[in-house]
Amino acid sequence: MTQPILQARGLVKRYGRVTALDNCDFDLMAGEILAVIGDNGAGKSSLIKALSGAIKPDAGEIRLDGQEVAFASPLEAQNAGIATVYQTLALSPALSIVDNMFIGHEIRKEGIAGSLFRALDHGKMRDFARQKLNELGLMTIQNIDQKVETLSGGQRQGVAVARAAAFGSKVIILDEPTAALGVKESRKVLDLILDVRSRGIPIILISHNMPHVFEVADRIHVHRLGKRLCVINPKDYTMSDAVAFMTGAKQPEGVMAEA
Amino acid sequence: MTDTSQPPRKGQDFEQVLDKSDTRVASFETRAKSPVERLQHLLHGNPTLVPVIVLLVSIAAFGVIAGGKFFSAFNLTLIMQQVSIIGILAAAQTLIILTAGIDLSVAAIMVLMAVIAGNLAVYSGVPSGIALLIAFAGGAGAGLMNGFLVTKIKLPPFISTLGTWSIFYALNLWLSGAQSIRSQDIDANAPLLKLFGETIAIGSARLTYGSLLMVLIFLVLWYMLNKTAWGRHVYAVGDDKDAAELAGIRTDRTLLSVYALSGLICAIAAWASIGRVGSISPQAFYDGNLQSITAVVIGGISLFGGRGSILGALFGALIVGVFQSGLRLAGVDVLWQVFAIGWLIILAVAIDQWIRKVSA
Repeated sequence: MTQPILQARGLVKRYGRVTALDNCDFDLMAGEILAVIGDNGAGKSSLIKALSGAIKPDAGEIRLDGQEVAFASPLEAQNAGIATVYQTLALSPALSIVDNMFIGHEIRKEGIAGSLFRALDHGKMRDFARQKLNELGLMTIQNIDQKVETLSGGQRQGVAVARAAAFGSKVIILDEPTAALGVKESRKVLDLILDVRSRGIPIILISHNMPHVFEVADRIHVHRLGKRLCVINPKDYTMSDAVAFMTGAKQPEGVMAEA
Repeated sequence: MTDTSQPPRKGQDFEQVLDKSDTRVASFETRAKSPVERLQHLLHGNPTLVPVIVLLVSIAAFGVIAGGKFFSAFNLTLIMQQVSIIGILAAAQTLIILTAGIDLSVAAIMVLMAVIAGNLAVYSGVPSGIALLIAFAGGAGAGLMNGFLVTKIKLPPFISTLGTWSIFYALNLWLSGAQSIRSQDIDANAPLLKLFGETIAIGSARLTYGSLLMVLIFLVLWYMLNKTAWGRHVYAVGDDKDAAELAGIRTDRTLLSVYALSGLICAIAAWASIGRVGSISPQAFYDGNLQSITAVVIGGISLFGGRGSILGALFGALIVGVFQSGLRLAGVDVLWQVFAIGWLIILAVAIDQWIRKVSA
């Protein structure tokens, strides 16, 4: 059996009396697209936040490439190669598209202007950002120096996805990446997800959109009541099975534990 | 639905038409805009234009009302001198307000550091340079204390700095024994402290080093805020702190650096204030906190954080100075000067709200 690239065991997270994660396990294999599905409030977002350093679990361990990690901040997770698109997108509305894409990863000018005076290389960042947005097919963005607050919800989501795709080197986590997107943009994001996988980078995809999940996922992690209920292969089950599992209408039997 | 039979990776049926979709960059017929709408759009794109326009218009207006007495190189440079201390404090205040905070203690830090530098250099025989360095360190430390209360103890900035305002003010009265340090004592023992009172005369213009220092501080901060990663982080933190944290900014560290830098600028203002006032009075600039906030607000910087250019605060400070000078030279009573500044604040924020409502 190959080693999972990102693994969690016995994660617990409580907010006061609410238990968001209840001894949750998680495995992401190299080069796969793992979908995480679950009812609202099942703890999907808490799981993602624990994996991406946004919250600290009360108990349990996380291993990246077999090494135990404890991220104190999202920046540490990013520096370890885990890039995340959160449901809230984590964009700064008053900053430009370029500034948002590079926040925390700014490129400085070469030579003394960059090393001593810390000047940013706006030209280089602009070119890179435009290229990334074009790859995503975000043609309707007319000006890359536009403030993010002037973009539509879908365009904002596109910027956030482009940022994660550009900086995630080991794992990319997408929390509802297509929720605000139109048909065409959703397709682009799905194509991008497949493209990222073909570059060998595994993806965690959280989505309520069953057709999307069943189309791109290699395995589906069904989350229920704060823990992993089962992991299913989309080829062996139907969408209605998956919905039945995640709502508790049906109990999984003989499910595959690991692929 | 029988998904098992569905061929994978082909997309949904209804998506098959996407290959033929339009790939041109979107363009639209635009409706002709009225001049007022054009102005609104222009101001929305360049928020610093508002204080610039107000400044130019008020200079022109007072030039007409008060005549040559007002509109002379001497008087205009005098205005710069008069606003230099509040201007520097406004620069420090802007940094805090950009992070969606507010600092009620800027003037208290300044006066405390002036008293410390003065006591050390004039009475204790510490070399002036060392005394100033100690005051700078003290200013940064006082700012860090505010930053610590905001980031680690998680108090609202208003409460933290309301508390430290009183604390620093009390320390300042204790250290100074509520006594001023006289101008001639400073001249005799530590003339370096008065450096920023020195003047460069060009014709009838009287530029003090303090006026130039104010402009220099604004230019340096403008560069830091717009051309460096740190500056982008300051705006991001002020805009939405949680989002900034998730995006990979160490927001607490950014905030601490902002408060420390703001405190340091207050200590620099302390040095400049000794040159400007001549003596060191523990009672001076008691309402400097509020005056600095006034300059920032008139400069079009949002109190909700993340929006506005620091140069706006410079123009804001100058607008206040122009109004005070112009009304005084026009023979208007001091109380009506205060009255006018009050309306100016309300007008500035009202214009800001109007600009924000810009519709495409």
